[in-house]
Amino acid sequence: MSTLQVSLYRYNPETDSAPYMQEFQIDTQGRDLMVLNVLELIKEQDSTMVYRRSCREGVCGSDGMNMNGKNGLACVTPLSDVVRNNKLVLRPLPGLPVIRDLVVDMGIFYRQYERIQPYLQNDDPTPAIERLQSPEDRDKLDGLYECILCACCSSSCPSFWWNPDKFVGPAGLLQSYRFLADSRDTATRDRLADLEDPFSVFRCRGIMNCVSVCPKGLNPTRAIGKIREMLLTNAT
Amino acid sequence: MVTNITNPGRSGLADWLIQRVSAVILALYTLFIVGYLLFNPGLDYIAWSGLFSQAWMRIFSLLAFVSLAAHAWVGLWIVTTDYLNKWVGIRLAVQTFIILAVFVFLVWGIQVLWGA
Ligand code: SF4
Ligand code: SF4
Ligand code: FES
Repeated sequence: MSTLQVSLYRYNPETDSAPYMQEFQIDTQGRDLMVLNVLELIKEQDSTMVYRRSCREGVCGSDGMNMNGKNGLACVTPLSDVVRNNKLVLRPLPGLPVIRDLVVDMGIFYRQYERIQPYLQNDDPTPAIERLQSPEDRDKLDGLYECILCACCSSSCPSFWWNPDKFVGPAGLLQSYRFLADSRDTATRDRLADLEDPFSVFRCRGIMNCVSVCPKGLNPTRAIGKIREMLLTNAT
Repeated sequence: MVTNITNPGRSGLADWLIQRVSAVILALYTLFIVGYLLFNPGLDYIAWSGLFSQAWMRIFSLLAFVSLAAHAWVGLWIVTTDYLNKWVGIRLAVQTFIILAVFVFLVWGIQVLWGA
């Protein structure tokens, strides 16, 4: 039982007319490997297959993919977490254009991130040394700043699949709230004004796919709820 | 900011609030009607039309109809902007049809309430 049956999504737009699934038999020697290790073994069998990775320890966010139907980081996902009946199906993140095999074009994802202005804005005079923040205010950023922008959440969100050009998506909204919640940021009103349309925030239907896949254990749905609360407080 | 012209409340926040408030009103109305039917087993035409001839019942019913209209418009507008995402012409046609249907049903409801 140490041979794993892997079904891998293959697509090279330069040579293939359509994507197809390729089968591999991988000898795991009975070890509970990470999915990324399995990809390395596949690469030894077929060097034309392509995927992204860098840190191999859940820090860089480059190897997000769909493993047996669930998004996650291949480098920190042990086979025992995803493999059922000795079968593993690997596909690229859903909803994003495929460049080749498991590599997707993250352009639409980054454009939504850019839109929420992910940097501190403060129009008070610059202090001599640094902008201070109380420990309590600093605590409000916990569970927000840890996001590594792997896109596992946004690419598992049906609302993002439908309207990736209009709905900011869970990753972008988590970061949006990270700056809305920051006591040193003074652009709160402008930030909120950019979010009150029917798509940017309100397309979230609260089904929490984002929460269930986040490899960092973050909760975008809660952040979205907080943004909604802020919008409501601001407008009533 | 993403712009829109066919959603009922102009802003996502307004739509969201309309959806929540109308849901509460519809829930109360449904509970009331179901409760009324349960507590009046041998209900006849006289009692039923008597109920709807009272001003407060007409106001309550009209409130429920308006809520239903708003709730349907917000909800179906969202459905069209998801499922008819790619086809602008069809989407606009369906949205127009929904708005007209909501309007017709609302006026018809008012006529039923005050007509009899
Ligand atoms: S919130 Fe989680 S799943 Fe989403 S991009 Fe950040 S780390 Fe990845
Ligand atoms: S809770 Fe909202 S953001 Fe998260 S997956 Fe669902 S619709 Fe998307
Ligand atoms: S390789 Fe960096 S997060 Fe997996």
